[in-house]
Amino acid sequence: MTGLSTKQRVWWGVITVLVLVYALFPVAAVAATSFKRPSELNSGTFLPPNPTWGNYEQILVGDAQGLFLSALRNSVGISLIATAIAVVLATLAAYAIARLDFPGKRVVLTTALGVSIFPIISLVTPLFNVWRSIGLYDTWAGLIIPYLSLTLPISIWTLSAFFRQIPWELEQAAQVDGATSWQAFRKAIVPLAAPGVFTTALIAFFIAWNDFVYGISLTSTEAARPVPAALAFFTGASQFEEPTGSISAAAVVVTVPVVVLVLLFQRQIVSGLTQGAVKG
Amino acid sequence: MASIVLKDIVKKYGDGFPAVKGVSLDIADGEFVILVGPSGCGKSTLLRMIVGLEDITSGDLEIGGKRVNEKAPRDRHLAMVFQNYALYPHLTVYENIAFPLRLTKGQFSQEEIDRKVNLAADTLELRDHLERKPANLSGGQRQRVAMGRAIVREAEAFLFDEPLSNLDAKLRGQMRTEIARMQRRLGTTTVYVTHDQTEALTLGDRVAVLKKGELQQVASPRGLYEQPANLFVAGFIGSPPMNFLPGEVDGGTMRLPFAEVPIDGPLRERIGDRKLVIVGLRPEHVEDAALLEGEKIAGGVRFDAEIDVTEWLGSELYAYIPFDTHPDVAAKLEELDRDLDGEGMRTQVIVALSSESDVRDGDEAQLWFDPARLMVFDPETGENLTRDEEAVARIEEENEADRKAALERAQAREKRIAERKEQREAGRASGGGERAAS
Repeated sequence: MTGLSTKQRVWWGVITVLVLVYALFPVAAVAATSFKRPSELNSGTFLPPNPTWGNYEQILVGDAQGLFLSALRNSVGISLIATAIAVVLATLAAYAIARLDFPGKRVVLTTALGVSIFPIISLVTPLFNVWRSIGLYDTWAGLIIPYLSLTLPISIWTLSAFFRQIPWELEQAAQVDGATSWQAFRKAIVPLAAPGVFTTALIAFFIAWNDFVYGISLTSTEAARPVPAALAFFTGASQFEEPTGSISAAAVVVTVPVVVLVLLFQRQIVSGLTQGAVKG
Repeated sequence: MASIVLKDIVKKYGDGFPAVKGVSLDIADGEFVILVGPSGCGKSTLLRMIVGLEDITSGDLEIGGKRVNEKAPRDRHLAMVFQNYALYPHLTVYENIAFPLRLTKGQFSQEEIDRKVNLAADTLELRDHLERKPANLSGGQRQRVAMGRAIVREAEAFLFDEPLSNLDAKLRGQMRTEIARMQRRLGTTTVYVTHDQTEALTLGDRVAVLKKGELQQVASPRGLYEQPANLFVAGFIGSPPMNFLPGEVDGGTMRLPFAEVPIDGPLRERIGDRKLVIVGLRPEHVEDAALLEGEKIAGGVRFDAEIDVTEWLGSELYAYIPFDTHPDVAAKLEELDRDLDGEGMRTQVIVALSSESDVRDGDEAQLWFDPARLMVFDPETGENLTRDEEAVARIEEENEADRKAALERAQAREKRIAERKEQREAGRASGGGERAAS
């Protein structure tokens, strides 16, 4: 971004601020709401007049603890397992698609795309019936399997696009330089493939983490209910009280891991590592 | 350092396509051999078989006297520079060069690696770039890093796969001399693949010309230029390429499209009862008659030609003369043009005249050539009928002597430089000592 005139820089600044406000205002509003007392919910002010940790206390140690903490555990566990399986399978599939020439290569890619075109809501009712009859209803596996159907197609597509850009000649160069096949793969290819795998894993994790429809339809108890679904079961202190405060607090808590993950893997996500290996 | 011997090397791909059809080649220790040919002639495949990235279908490959057909690339101890350099983008220049050394677990200490990498970096003027990543280097610098990675290995042989084709013309010239200098200094056996005949002629001790997986001729650059074995080699070597004309033989004379040439002696005998031959005339062997002395003119053939287009290049002037070819050789010449990656354009003669010539577009000019420099080819087999085996042997002998002398000189110079450096360092050490004493 060198060589911009002052005017251009000002405009870029203005646009950036606008986009940031547009994107982050809802998050800020939720965060602000999470610190309000139940009585202040309709106060009409953006910032809480008397900030309190009450909502957080309620979901982490108070009445809603059982509901929220078990849901958090379910969400983390289910999303991580679904992500791990999706990334391993997608890596193998994408490697084959990018490097090998085999009949039916296009079929694999189109099928992967085809799987993801059906709206979730049209699948969830039949799945509900099948899951109940084969005993997968309200279990971790019962959610992991449908999550794979969401995460695998996109993982295969992003990874195979990424793998295709890797200069595989490097593997041969490393072998000529005196590496074994395994060394060549580990020292020349893995460092280049890692950013793509990380990015794909993050995308897959977010998809699983954010799902609501499967979460609410295929679970019934704390045994497998993930956070987005659990939020719908929050209740206020009395029948006449809105649980908005605790829901906001829970929303902030589930946003934190996502932000932390992005910050942690920011470096790996930055692509462009492969540029310059080969001219062009 | 080692010799490389290829015996009847064949490469057939899975679909039965034969990329290399029985190539035999002896590459002596310390020799610089070029594999050259138009695209799809199997030269890169051959190189990749030598380095071990491609399986050999049949035949024997020996490096340093040992058969290595089944050995993995890492066990052949060769260094290769790839066309697109194949640098590791996640490693710095230093680590890229050190990569082969680091793979030999524990064989080199960190100091040794440091010394070797710095030595290579000094040779290739990469000292200032050691900490940079390949993405931030220019094409020429990347090329040099790739060469650095080859040098540190102290490999049995260097293999180059079209290393200069991604560089612009000026840099290509510089890197070409750099590669030649490096090879002479290190005296390492080198196999170099290119499709560029200028690189082939300037770099090679010997050049192997390939066509569709078959070896056409292996000879010194001069041997290829002066005594090509056949039509293909004659057309491939030389820039602008040799002109091919139909020659109708009638007793003691041969009729070309624009001149009649007397034939006699051994050539007459070798033409035998052929009525039609293909005649090769190098553009640089034709001169503008207006610029020649009377004495020289008398020894050659003069002819009038209508110049279509001229190109003035400063050092010389190219003139294009269209002509109608003989229908019986048209097919053969067209096929040859296709083999040479040509476009099958109009039939025309290109002549390279002196830049002082005042021939211009559309002129009627009188040109001159020496019939002794014509080459005559059999129109069926493409065999060169004017090839002189004695001259071939003489050229190859001289070439081999030149090569050995150049190698010795380069290594003697290297030794002198090293000695001088040592003396200077010794002098500095003793000088420092005196200063400390006083």
